[in-house]
Amino acid sequence: MKLLRKKLFTAAAAVLMSQAAFAEVNMAGKTIEWTIPFSETGGSAKWANFFAPLLSDALPGNPTVVVKFMPGAGSTKGANWFQRQKHTDGTVMFGSSGSTQFPYLLDDPRVQYEYNDWVPVMASGTGGVAYLNAEAGAKFDGSANNLKDIQFVYGNQGATRLDLVPAMAWDMLGMKVNHVMGIKGRGDGRKMFESGEANIDYQTSAGYLKGSKKFVDDGTAVAMMTWGALDDEGNIVRDPTFPDIPTFKEVCEKTAGCDVNGKEFKVWKAFFVSGFPVQKLAFLPAGTPKEVSDTYAAAFEKIRNRPDFAALAEKRLGKYPLFVGAGAQKAMKVATDLDPEAKKYAIQYLKDRFNVSLK
Amino acid sequence: MELLYTAAGALASASSLIMHQEVFLFLAIGVVLGLSVGVFPGLGGIAGLSLMLPFIFGLDPIIGLALMVGLIAVVPTSDTFASVLMGIPGSSSSQATVLDGFPLSKQGHAARALSAAFASSLFGGLVGALFLTIFILVARPVVLEFQSPELLMVSIFGLSMVGILAGKIALKGVASAGLGIMIASIGEGPFNGELRLASYDFPYLLDGFKLVIVGLGIFAIPEIVALLRKGGSINESRALGDGWLTGVRDWWEHKWLSVRCSIIGVLVGVIPGLGGSVVDWIAYGHAIQTTPDKRQFGKGEIRGVIAPESANNAKEGGGLVPTLLFGIPGSGSMAIFIGALALLGSGELEVGQSMLTDNLDYTYSIVWLLALANVLGTVLCIILAPQIARLTSIPFVLVAPFVFMIITFAAFQSGQDILDLVVLFCIGILGIFMRRFDWSRPAFLIGFVLAKPVENFSNNAYQIAGIRFDQNISAGMDYVFGPIVIVIAIITVLSVVVGLRQAKHIQPEGDLETGGKRAPLAFLLLLVAFTAIFLFNIGMIPGYAWTDAVFPFTIGCLVFSILLILLGQMMLKPESDALFVDSEVRPDSHSERSLWGTISWFVGLLVGSMIRVSLSL
Repeated sequence: MKLLRKKLFTAAAAVLMSQAAFAEVNMAGKTIEWTIPFSETGGSAKWANFFAPLLSDALPGNPTVVVKFMPGAGSTKGANWFQRQKHTDGTVMFGSSGSTQFPYLLDDPRVQYEYNDWVPVMASGTGGVAYLNAEAGAKFDGSANNLKDIQFVYGNQGATRLDLVPAMAWDMLGMKVNHVMGIKGRGDGRKMFESGEANIDYQTSAGYLKGSKKFVDDGTAVAMMTWGALDDEGNIVRDPTFPDIPTFKEVCEKTAGCDVNGKEFKVWKAFFVSGFPVQKLAFLPAGTPKEVSDTYAAAFEKIRNRPDFAALAEKRLGKYPLFVGAGAQKAMKVATDLDPEAKKYAIQYLKDRFNVSLK
Repeated sequence: MELLYTAAGALASASSLIMHQEVFLFLAIGVVLGLSVGVFPGLGGIAGLSLMLPFIFGLDPIIGLALMVGLIAVVPTSDTFASVLMGIPGSSSSQATVLDGFPLSKQGHAARALSAAFASSLFGGLVGALFLTIFILVARPVVLEFQSPELLMVSIFGLSMVGILAGKIALKGVASAGLGIMIASIGEGPFNGELRLASYDFPYLLDGFKLVIVGLGIFAIPEIVALLRKGGSINESRALGDGWLTGVRDWWEHKWLSVRCSIIGVLVGVIPGLGGSVVDWIAYGHAIQTTPDKRQFGKGEIRGVIAPESANNAKEGGGLVPTLLFGIPGSGSMAIFIGALALLGSGELEVGQSMLTDNLDYTYSIVWLLALANVLGTVLCIILAPQIARLTSIPFVLVAPFVFMIITFAAFQSGQDILDLVVLFCIGILGIFMRRFDWSRPAFLIGFVLAKPVENFSNNAYQIAGIRFDQNISAGMDYVFGPIVIVIAIITVLSVVVGLRQAKHIQPEGDLETGGKRAPLAFLLLLVAFTAIFLFNIGMIPGYAWTDAVFPFTIGCLVFSILLILLGQMMLKPESDALFVDSEVRPDSHSERSLWGTISWFVGLLVGSMIRVSLSL
């Protein structure tokens, strides 16, 4: 009886609300907990900490937004936790990253979460830059043709993590890259590069701007390529944050034996798309009513339209688009729809190249 | 010349960084917190820093540093109160102060002992800061050359120090450290994500145990339990007595002892993982060795106060060396400090070589802050001595719930999971028994703290060495056997030899009595069972993921064989042998309450909070 009444009430409320352009849910006095499945030091932490105060400002009633961290098992722990959350009063929020996406796409046995259950409200992307030490950089002419005899050493976080994208790219270019497996985050990869143990490295845009650009500026490193960015038609174009650095696609075109129309490139692009242009997504839990998700979408829209947003974001996140509401929904589909062929290929590649078996 | 120029520039920009009212304000807050944490028995740097963690997120880096360095620097100053007035070490680094400080206080010379201790603390703290300045200057070019083999060697050097801590039976010390490593290995393997003594059905274990919880469990809980069982008032509300100036004069008379002990403190601090738990004993031992008339020691010899107090403040400066430069924690509290640094600002501070390049000004700010905090802490201690002394006259039974609350809060805030408290309790029980049967707890914590660096660096070094050897033999040899590696290896071997010889003089748990065979044997058998289960579980890791298994398996086998040797010795030797140490039979440790009674009090608290939590969900 009680339940029925509640349902009727909700229905009535929905009818009333649909008359407005969209109905806002007032969040005054509430505390929104935005859970990030990584530690306090990673890129996702910076991303959420950037948005949290803006979100508090933009949501009706100015609720408090706190960022909570639940690191573990490469974000699988936090994502599995979020899967178990139910909608209550719209104060539970979750942020996923490429490292949450890849195990999901590759059917990692630890994954107990389902992206399609969740309600995306915002998505944003990033890029990546690969760079070489000065010695190898001197032989780089926009193609990898002269790099094929060099023994490269690269610090790899894990074959099924975002490092899959650079690993595949370098293999396609015919470069001999030795992967030192099991380092703890890209910061450690940069340290290996700095101490001379590694001679090739890649960083996401924020990490590159913060830590590695100075190597290139002082001549100890040479920027090799970016992964690029997607235009509206889904083509790979130069990364707007690094317009002077060629994309992997350009380097591949110039390198003998690398085919941008081949199957490998298609698979690479599929993983690139799900790992970078839509790297980070903000979600509400399964079963969130539309008026709540609309409220969030409107708040992020408001953030995006702030006159100072572009300047703020460029400094801390790089120049990448922000997807909101329906755009975020679409972005999530792009990021989590992997062609079954590409998946099969990638699983085989992981087995052959890295001896990783995903049961 | 260029060296000096860089350093001078960084020192200058560091001083301009800290010359703000806000920085001083936060330094003062840190100092006051550090003093409070130090005064209460059972709480030390680990508890203090972890209480601070929730508040420092996103703070301006220099302000956060002021807060943390303020706290770290003065804990060894204020822990003297508990040592001198109550006869209980205020934290693990002032245990030796008790031996002579407490008798002095009983004779009505508490003020003299305190002021001598404060003067020594101040001096030691300044020596530590000075050393850090010079070391950074000199070591900078060398440290920037460090690669994985060098870092691995530094961590192994730290591990080798368990020799000093081993106590009477060296094998027990080594086994304790191995046990610490095994406990640290629980969870998801670092390279392939294979599970080690964990299960997906029990997600809590996947990330392994947190240092805060293990540190508090292994040190703080056993102390609280022991104090509670003693019961009664600890300090029979004695007046501080006179002699403030006498104490300072005492220090001046023994200034060279203070200089030597400060240097000892710095050097011990530099050794990764060793930290505070032994520095006071080493300094105390040195004081005894260099005093012609040894009769007064233990009865109120002022040199026995000056030596450990000079050393334990100096070690904080030394401890920052491996922590900041290599990212290898100098002690348990330094390990938390590393994590805390990353929370400051937008994460621009990261321990490791960048502290010597991009962030050199921050590194030197830490030096300044360390010196300032020592001065401020000493001044506050002298001014507030009468008030603080009154705190120590409160019966511990009344203080214990408060201290216990702080410890549980510190443990709980790290993961906000009720299981955090369960683990705190379980590690606490382990700590109680390790204390009772003289299994070195400092060695255990060293193993725990250094397990991850050793595993990671050896993984990196092994893989890269393989790649280099594939290229050609000499490239591989150059990589693995660089001059720095060889030098540290020689130092390691020397320190093990010297350490084992000295170990007999250093008794972190005091003189111990032996009792019956049954209890020590039962504890040993439990350890054997745990190790066997551990080995069996690690052995299940499939071959392709061997990198996750090799390190814990090796350590597990080592521990297992040591335990078997001990088992054999226990069978053969008589009850009076040092193997059967059991502090429960120590005549002076008269306890009013039974062990199990006190533990059940803790169980009650734990169950109560679990019920409360499950109701609120």
